[in-house]
Parts: sequence; C-alpha cells; structure tokens
Amino acid sequence: MMNGHDQSETILEVKNLKKFFPIRRGFLQRVVGEVRAVDDVSFTIKRGETLSLVGESGCGKTTTSRCIMRALTPTEGDVLFRLESGETFNMATQPKRQLRGLRRHIQMIFQDPFSSLNPRMTLFDIIGEPLLVNGVKSHDERTDRVSELLTLVGLRPEHMQRFPHAFSGGQRQRVGIARALALNPSLIVADEPVSALDVSVQAQILNLMLDLQDQLGLTYLFVAHDLSVVKHISDRVAVMYVGKIVEVAETKKLFDFPKHPYTEALLSAVPKPDPRLRSERIVLEGDVADPANPPSGCYFHPRCPYVIDRCKAETPPLREVEGGQLVACHRAEELTLKGVSVN
Amino acid sequence: MSNEQHEVILSVNNLKTYFFQDEGTVKAVDGASFEVYKGRTLGIVGESGCGKSVTARSILRLEEKPGRIVDGEITLLREDNSTIELTALKQNSRDLRAIRGSDIALIFQEPMTSFSAHYTIGNQIIEMIRLHQNVTKREAKDLTIELLRRVGIPKPERRIDEYPFQLSGGLRQRVMIAMALANNPRILIADEPTTALDVTTQAQILDLLRQLQEDTGMSVILITHDMGVVAEMCDDVVVMYLGRVVETGPVDDIFHNPQHPYTRSLLTSIPSVLAEPRTKLPTLTGAIPHPYNRPQGCAFHPRCSEFMPGKCDHFTPHLQALDASGIQHVSCFLHHEPVAESAEHIS
Repeated sequence: MMNGHDQSETILEVKNLKKFFPIRRGFLQRVVGEVRAVDDVSFTIKRGETLSLVGESGCGKTTTSRCIMRALTPTEGDVLFRLESGETFNMATQPKRQLRGLRRHIQMIFQDPFSSLNPRMTLFDIIGEPLLVNGVKSHDERTDRVSELLTLVGLRPEHMQRFPHAFSGGQRQRVGIARALALNPSLIVADEPVSALDVSVQAQILNLMLDLQDQLGLTYLFVAHDLSVVKHISDRVAVMYVGKIVEVAETKKLFDFPKHPYTEALLSAVPKPDPRLRSERIVLEGDVADPANPPSGCYFHPRCPYVIDRCKAETPPLREVEGGQLVACHRAEELTLKGVSVN
Repeated sequence: MSNEQHEVILSVNNLKTYFFQDEGTVKAVDGASFEVYKGRTLGIVGESGCGKSVTARSILRLEEKPGRIVDGEITLLREDNSTIELTALKQNSRDLRAIRGSDIALIFQEPMTSFSAHYTIGNQIIEMIRLHQNVTKREAKDLTIELLRRVGIPKPERRIDEYPFQLSGGLRQRVMIAMALANNPRILIADEPTTALDVTTQAQILDLLRQLQEDTGMSVILITHDMGVVAEMCDDVVVMYLGRVVETGPVDDIFHNPQHPYTRSLLTSIPSVLAEPRTKLPTLTGAIPHPYNRPQGCAFHPRCSEFMPGKCDHFTPHLQALDASGIQHVSCFLHHEPVAESAEHIS
C-alpha cells in the first residue's frame, strides 16, 4: 500500500516531543504544577503510509497532533517535516510567519462535521477559502478546483452553492475532507474523523480515505480511540497511555501479538461483534492515571495485571523487541499476551 | 437457543410516538412491537433517528412535548401478577410515578447532565429512596452507602458527600446505576450507558451490569448503536430502522442468521477488530432519510440491495414470524408476500 513511493522516505519525524500545560492557582496565578499531556513522544511516519495514534481520552493523542500542526507550541522537542523537494523544516521552532506557507502541506480533518463547517458559508466558500488565502485569486479557477474536489470526495459539483445544513453528517465530513485536500497537502492529520458518524456512514468515509490515499499518495496521521476503525485504515499503530507511547507496531502484529499489557487490555475490552466470541475479558481496575500527578515508574503499573517491583521504580524506555515492534515494558520478552486473532 | 418459555414481563404492541411540530409530524416511533422477558437482556439497536431512545422514554411515559403516544399498548406485568396498561395512565399521575424508579428504572447516556449539579450524589439517591420506601433518613443513608459499595465505588462513605463534578465519567455512570437500582427495579432500561465512556471503562460498566443482573434477576433493556455491545450483552435483539422494528430474534440468530437486508448490511458494514488491516468495508449506500420525508412503502427500500420495484416501494411490510417456531421475526417482502392494506388491520 505504499503507492509507489520510496518506502524508506520519512515524511515526519517527531523527536522527544513534550507539551506540558501549567496549572495556575491563587491570586497571583502562580504555577503550582503541570499537566504532562505529551511526555517525551517520538515516532516517524513514512511517505504514503497511515500511522494511527490510539488511546483513551486524556492520553495526549490530540495534543500530539496539535503540536505537529503547531496549533500548539510544544514545550520541548522537534517535529521534523520533510517536503517532497527534500527540504526539512522543524515545525516546533519555525517562526510563526513562515508557518502559513508550510501549513498548506499539512492539513487537518476534524472530528465533528457539524461544528467544523461555518454554517454561513456555502460549500464553495468553505472549500475555496484555503485556495483564496494561498493566492488563487481568480474566481473561475477556484470554481473549477472546487468542483473537481467535490467530485473527488463523491459529492455533486452542482451543490457548490448550498450551505452545510443541507447535508447529512457523512456528506459534511466529505466537505471537510475536500477542504483539507484543496491545497494538495502531503500529510493529513485526521483527528477522530469518523467518531461522530453513524456506523453505516463510518464505513463510507473510511473507504473514501483509503481510496484518496491510493489516488493522491497521501500520508495520514490518524488519531482515534476506536480500535476497530484503526484496524481498517492503518499500516502501523502507536498506542498512547498518559502522554507516552507504550507500543508501536505494524497493524496486524499489534492486533495479533500485542507486547504491552495495556495494548492487550485495550484489545480485550473492545466488544467483539459476535455473540459466540463472548469470553472472559481483562477488565482493568481503577481509572486512567492523572497526567498532572502520574504514578512512579511505569505509568501503567497501578492497573497492570503483570506488575513486578521493578515497574514501580523504573520508567521503561520505548525499545525495539523482536520483529521491529517498539514496546515500553520491562517484561516485554517474557510475557505472552493475547491478541484478537479469531483462533 | 433453548425453547423453554420465558415469562413476558413487559410487552410493547404497535407503539406509535409522534412529534407534532410546525414543520410537520415526525413519526419517531411508528408501530414498534416487542417483548421483554423476565431475567433476560433485550438489546434495541439502530442508528441515530431510528426511534430507539424515544421508545425507551415512551415506556416510562417520559415522552416530551410536542411528542405524544398516539397509538399502541405498553403492558407491564406487576409483582403481584396483575397487568397494568402504561399508555392509559396520565403522564404525571401518582400511579405512573410509583412505577418509575421502582418497577422500571432508567439509566441515561450522559451521566454528567442527568444529575443535578447542586446536590451531592448521596442527597440525590437518598431522595429517590425516600420517595419510594418508607424509611428514615438514617436508614436511607445506610442503604445508599451499601448501594454505592455494590456498584464498585471505592470509599462510599466519603463519596456520598461529593458532587457529580468531582467524579470521573466511569464513577458517575456507576453512581447513575446505583441510583437506578435503589428501589430494586424489575426492569432496567439502559439508554446507551457506555457510549460516552472509554473502552476500558466501558468494559467495567458492562461487567457490572451483567453482574448485577445475575444477582437480582432483573430484566434489562439495553439501547445501543454498537453491535459489539449487543453481541456481548444481549439475549434477544430488536433491530430498528426509522421508527419501525425490522427484525427481532435471539442474539445468535440475529448475528449468524440475519434475515433483513438492513440487519445484514449493519453487520457487514461495521468496522471490526477481527478484520484484516486496510480492507475496504462493504457499505450501505446513501444516508438515513430525514424523518419528514420518510420513503413510501418499506422505509429502507432506497438503500436496500435487494429492492424489488413495485413491491417494496408500494406496500408496507409488517413484522411476521420467520417460520413456525416463531422465535425470529422479520419485516421484509423477501419473506412475506405483500397483502392489500385493508386486509391487515389485525392488531
């Protein structure tokens, strides 16, 4: 699925990314602590592939994607983005003035198609705006491009003059995708693009995203909490827990042979759509750790069924184990964990 | 599926709840019929706008204006084996208030908005207990602590004095469940109880519901859009589309022998963790029609892959038994021949 691109070419490299939000208290608004939303995250995305970031709410997946877009300025770390021409820019430190030119190469698809489209703008205005901002002044040229884009995402160009309220959730999400594609970006950051949609419409949007990737050679960073959706779109998956990546692997490997106990628990918790597969699930005790006051050692240790003393003292680094899987667990080699393969 | 006869505790027959608005009438529930059995879990599944939540609310007579039940019967079997007709009661009558919360309890989808923000959780549960049971404040408080412990809330004697905003989503849903169980209901209606929760929390709550059902023997009506949750939790399933029941049956038949094209496409078009990575899903074409322009005939026909012109767009199918055993019902002309409209006013 690499769309003929050189497989080894990295489009995005995130190095030791950190984003801490200060907690302020009192009259003087003194900083009394910090929420470690993204805590030392590193990964790379190759051109033409789909990497998914999964995790539960508050794990930092959205903050990570916002730091990559530089919608938030990271506290520390690098976000190296490589253009097709070979030039590399660090999104984390780039001066604000130069960001606009770069952002045309990285576009975003949002979660809620009802609030991410301006109800007072027609589809032409919505999809044409990025073109106008980036110097396509001619009305005719924009009309041509917008109708081309609408056809591409499976909408009728005649509907260009309509307003978003005339469209269903799935159609609106198509408009959001068309807007993201307007400037021929190479990287698309999709933050929960199907979670607000009905199940029968989710499949349509996922299929569209797969088709567009093949046609246009797009690279996706796909942020989601739903593991079944992730399985349908990803080449590789990174699992996050309380601001850290705990496991990165190829999709099939991660689902069949998870190496981190948290991944195992997540997979086990997903209800399987087959009543004959009702089985004993691993039900984690307690709640997700508080990123403002994380536990010692491995952040997952208070809930981990395989915890040993070492986990309470030492933070496990993300390291490579057999077969190129990256895992942050002291016991990755000795544990045999259960995936979701049918047999 | 065992053939033993299960006792019907609640039966809904030809329920119609319409919303009368200036723009027109929305037939949110348009002739839904199903039965709830003692000690079993019934799943009502469908996409947004199929009327599953309105059905749940109609059972408790909580349908809100401009909505009104225009037709149908909801028959509840009471503890003393008498039956009561819920549609005949006034919405704010004493009889109905006695049933709400004690015979039938409801868990809402969004645990944040269904509590009062101004009272502690203890306060809210105690009020509910004292409305239905003749106990002192002290006793009610002890009962509340016991309930909170039963739904797995750590340190209940301290939590009882906390406000809803101090609890996490999972804990809030547990408190919601504790409140619903306060008066030992015989039927628990759970309207998307885990939709707002993360998967690991969802697993906890589903486990809790199952455990509580085993302990108390209550019946559960689980309303959800998630076929995975249905597969894990339910004994019987009702599939709804645009206000009507299209198929009912035991869970195993619904998943392994679905008869209605909508049920089939719902099952094949959902993303699954069991699928091969990066495979395309078969899709349902189009979107759910707006309730103002409900398609003629079978409401599903514009999206149906087995649409038969002249039949599906002219006649309205009705729910009928699939075979002589009568355990699976389907509403589709693939299985029944259309009959002239006049001949079918049986129920």
